[in-house]
Amino acid sequence: MNKMKKITSMPLFLPIFCMLLVMAANIVYDISCGNFALNFFSISVRNGVLYGRLIDILNRGSEIAILAIGMTLVVSASAGTDISVGSVMALSASMCCMILAGYGNASVNELANPLLLGVLGGILIGCVCGAFNGFLVAYLSVQPMVATLILFSAARAIGLLLCNNLIVYVRVDSFKMFGGYLGFLPTPIVIAAVCIVIAMIVLKKTALGLYVQSVGINKKASRIAGLNSARFIFLCYVVCGLCAGIAGIVGASRISSADSNNIGLNYELDAILSVALGGNSLGGGKFRLAGSIIGAYTIQAITTTLYALGVSSDVAPVYKAIIVIIIVTVQAPPFKAYLARRSAKKALAKGGAAA
Amino acid sequence: MKKKINSNTLLLLITIALFLVMYAAGCIIYKDKGFTHLQTFLNIFINNSGLLCVAAGMTCVMLTGGIDISVGALIAMDCMFLSVGMERWEMNALVLCALVLIIGIVFGLVQGFCVAYLNIQPFIVTMAGMFFARGMTAVICTDQVSITKNEFFVKLANAKINIPFGAYTNRKGVLQIPFVRYPVMIALIVIIVIFLMLRYTKFGRSLYAVGGSETSASMMGLDVKKTKLKAYMLSSFVCSIGGICFCLNTMSGSVRQALGLEMDAISSAVIGGTLLTGGVGNVIGTLFGVMINGTISTLVKTNGKLLSSWSNIAVAALLCFFIVLQSVFAKLKDRNK
Repeated sequence: MNKMKKITSMPLFLPIFCMLLVMAANIVYDISCGNFALNFFSISVRNGVLYGRLIDILNRGSEIAILAIGMTLVVSASAGTDISVGSVMALSASMCCMILAGYGNASVNELANPLLLGVLGGILIGCVCGAFNGFLVAYLSVQPMVATLILFSAARAIGLLLCNNLIVYVRVDSFKMFGGYLGFLPTPIVIAAVCIVIAMIVLKKTALGLYVQSVGINKKASRIAGLNSARFIFLCYVVCGLCAGIAGIVGASRISSADSNNIGLNYELDAILSVALGGNSLGGGKFRLAGSIIGAYTIQAITTTLYALGVSSDVAPVYKAIIVIIIVTVQAPPFKAYLARRSAKKALAKGGAAA
Repeated sequence: MKKKINSNTLLLLITIALFLVMYAAGCIIYKDKGFTHLQTFLNIFINNSGLLCVAAGMTCVMLTGGIDISVGALIAMDCMFLSVGMERWEMNALVLCALVLIIGIVFGLVQGFCVAYLNIQPFIVTMAGMFFARGMTAVICTDQVSITKNEFFVKLANAKINIPFGAYTNRKGVLQIPFVRYPVMIALIVIIVIFLMLRYTKFGRSLYAVGGSETSASMMGLDVKKTKLKAYMLSSFVCSIGGICFCLNTMSGSVRQALGLEMDAISSAVIGGTLLTGGVGNVIGTLFGVMINGTISTLVKTNGKLLSSWSNIAVAALLCFFIVLQSVFAKLKDRNK
């Protein structure tokens, strides 16, 4: 019993537990279909690139993992969520493709501007959006969700304007590479890994992570202790925008076009969900980036599994919504208090019987 | 008796003035495109009758300091349920409408329970509700379904209520009598009922009290949790009425219907002077907020050359302006203390 409690109270218990659950579901599914039981884990090399369901999950989950980095910081520092990330992804993709194709062109086979300029433009517009959100939240003390609601609706519209209401195709191999393959590895995996490693190093090796947590736990106290709380919150939103920008470029490159209506659709939920699934409190304060990252890939695993089970992409949100509600309910203080009361009652009854 | 103008009524006055200026500007710029006719004004109501209901419900939730972003998806689910119910299952329209209202109440009950009794952030709960409802829409049916078979519903949707004044003859010499449709009447009744409820009933006043300060509300002996629960139930219920209005307007159901309607509802309420922190607001302001929303999209449509995304951007910019204004007022108030 005590051992059980020790395991469940481990910091990364929730995300790893969920991950194992999904894997178990996959194994059961494969067995019931008469496939090889470990089909889920098999990785092979086809046409010179890695192939397998696990690789697919890592590949498709890259955007969510990148978004989860920014979202974790935002949730931790401001106790709110940035719901504009999906739209900002679309805007960044539109910006990038608009620069690469030139304004008003619907489809190009040659770059109008250097690739680097397009990518930087996309990332920059992401940062600008993040700065806008951050300014509203940190300096005007607007509720985070409402502040980000502005860009949630406006960013897609601006993206459409940038692309002149068209879906801009950039059919150039060097641009396709970001969503394609780097050697035998899918590039998004590499990009996500680089982002994660950089974020980990910055948060672990500098005091930045500690500062963000302290701002999230108590804004006023940290300010009195000498931290510029507002600036940290602002920075967190900028980083979140930066992550959304990078994810947007990966997303655009994957389909080698900028479809402002569909890129990053519903990604904000996935990003928030991965933070919650990672065992981080949505009320801010302490955070574990590793948990969020595992959470992000778990969600992609759930999505991929749902698709494998034949659930259509329109219906998948139902299951995700149920998972969110279960997770936040388990985390909710009144629910925890209820469980504690119940176990106390049980212990009391046991004690009474022994006496 | 002279009423004191405080920052809250000032916000409402700014909204009304903004609406009048915007509409007057439209009348001057697009005079030759029929903007001055009474019908153009009535069309704003006809096009936004669903939004009016939703925004009224949203105002009640926002008064308690919460937010409900599930409304757009709930409307999509209602429309899909109504249209599939009439077309595929061939059920009675009134029975379906009653079912939709019951679904709304249950939906609100669950959301309200999570918010009030489990203390989960309203945004997270209603976002889960939004994805749940959107997904359920697809579970009911993934095609676009149009309502054509149900005679009663079609008749109701096409019925015109003529207005006795403001008639004019158009260029072809045909007399045009201005009209509204039934959803508009439903929406106006909803607005009036909620206005009276907020002003004169115990529940309405307790919404303001809870939004103002939960601690003092509970010290006054109000059941804060129950009030919040009721607010979310009311929002979802009114939203379902809005769903019926919306369905009468569009006469179809599809998975991507009413996408982003929650944003319009929230921005209407905020533009109408409802404070995001709760405790301050008025349904009349929300009415003007919806009308500003409608005027912007009418202006963009009348122009004809602008992309429709401009109306999205304009509404977002207005929302941003009012949020900043609110925060400045709040900061000034803090300083005065």
